[in-house]
Amino acid sequence: MKALLIRDLRLAVRAGGGFGLALAFFLILCTLVPFGVGPEGGQLSRIAPGILWVGALLACLLSLDRIFALDHEDGSLDLLATAPLPLEGAVAIKALAHWLTTGLPLVIFAPVLGLMLHLPGPAFPWLVVSLILGTPALSMLGAFGAAMTVGLRRGGLLLSLLVLPLYIPTLIFGAEAVRRGAIAADPAPPLVFLAAITLAVLALVPFAAAAALRVNLR
Amino acid sequence: MSIWEYANPVKFMRISGAILPWVAAGAAVCCIGGVVWGFLTPLDYRQGATVKIIFLHVPSALMAINGWLMMLVASLIWLIRRHHVSALVAKAAAPVGAVMTLIALVTGAIWGQPMWGTWWEWDPRLTSFLILFLFYLGYIALWASVEDADSAADLTSVLCLVGSVFALLSRYAVNFWNQGLHQGASLSVAPGERMSSVYKYPLYVSMLGFFLLFLALVLVRTRTEIRLRRLSALLARENRA
Amino acid sequence: MIELGKYAGTVLQAYGVSLVLLLGIVVQTIRANARARAALQEHENRG
Repeated sequence: MKALLIRDLRLAVRAGGGFGLALAFFLILCTLVPFGVGPEGGQLSRIAPGILWVGALLACLLSLDRIFALDHEDGSLDLLATAPLPLEGAVAIKALAHWLTTGLPLVIFAPVLGLMLHLPGPAFPWLVVSLILGTPALSMLGAFGAAMTVGLRRGGLLLSLLVLPLYIPTLIFGAEAVRRGAIAADPAPPLVFLAAITLAVLALVPFAAAAALRVNLR
Repeated sequence: MSIWEYANPVKFMRISGAILPWVAAGAAVCCIGGVVWGFLTPLDYRQGATVKIIFLHVPSALMAINGWLMMLVASLIWLIRRHHVSALVAKAAAPVGAVMTLIALVTGAIWGQPMWGTWWEWDPRLTSFLILFLFYLGYIALWASVEDADSAADLTSVLCLVGSVFALLSRYAVNFWNQGLHQGASLSVAPGERMSSVYKYPLYVSMLGFFLLFLALVLVRTRTEIRLRRLSALLARENRA
Repeated sequence: MIELGKYAGTVLQAYGVSLVLLLGIVVQTIRANARARAALQEHENRG
């Protein structure tokens, strides 16, 4: 398992794309929004939690098809499927690698963009906490979507159609927690729900993703 | 191995062929009857004639949800027992359910415009129907894009299971996110504000009509799918020979 | 005559849109079925 994780991380770093691309996309998105809605600070700071969350979500989406596509092309996915490691475990590791290369940088980078969007001061810790709690679910659900569409032509577009509705609960609770943090309300309830969703997703979705992967490798 | 080694599709074709005219006739009678009866109801003292939209809005919303439930059950049967007809039923139900969802959304928007003063409101009920519609779209798109029939059935079934959980989750998550304008259940058994029987009986009739219409459409669509499947099985056999 | 009051447009609009959507799915269903039936028949007659 560890070997698989290290291999995936090394591939991601070497290929270069994954890391920087998602972050650059996040940056561009947060640059575009003020052009669209106007530069007034008050308005921006009100919608900043939502923008940051939607931006993180889309940036995460961007690199999902890489989770399985490359391994499918060169056949190492078939090796994984026949390896002694259960496929569910392999899926979870792949999602973890995706999170480490995409989710975690987004979490670290988000406060900087929060500054740009005039996110109110008290909301910063909650932004980081909610992203840390929420992004693993995004990666895991993304791995599920990627497992569904691996080997399909036009898979990328279908992947977003399948995965985005699944992101709705995470987005609702994540953005709500930051918004509550911004107006100095109690952000604990949405955070608890967010953590619950993430834990349930981490526990259950690997089975669905592995089932989908087995079908696609048949 | 072709599906024709199972007796099921043949039996399904026979039975569905026998009951289809009755279901279709019942659907036509109840839909037209319910809607005409609904049109003859008096004006509501608060909502005026717009109350007549309920005879489309509620039945279509009902069938939108029940359609998804039916797909869920059919998917489970496919995953567990691997009856091919079951997978085809799920496939056949999806477009019909999506149209029902769309009707519920559109009639709701048209109704909301004079009543709430807005076409669209990010109200929990409306939003969760929109989410349900998105799930229908994803499901149909997945069916359309996987070539191998059995793989498509497997993948869509898994998607249906996961999607059901998340559709339900979203339903309660949006509650948390926004309190709505939409009224609660119109046909609740609990005492309190309830619909007058003037509207209730035509509503029951049109609900029955929409149910039968849904059933008839799903039966016809399943028969279409079975025929197409048989055709491709025959073609495959010919190519092999 | 059926009274619709001042919301006549709204109600008719809702019924119109629903009718179009329902007819759309019904017609599509019937046509697809007829096409499949014809294709299968033709194939069986030929083979």
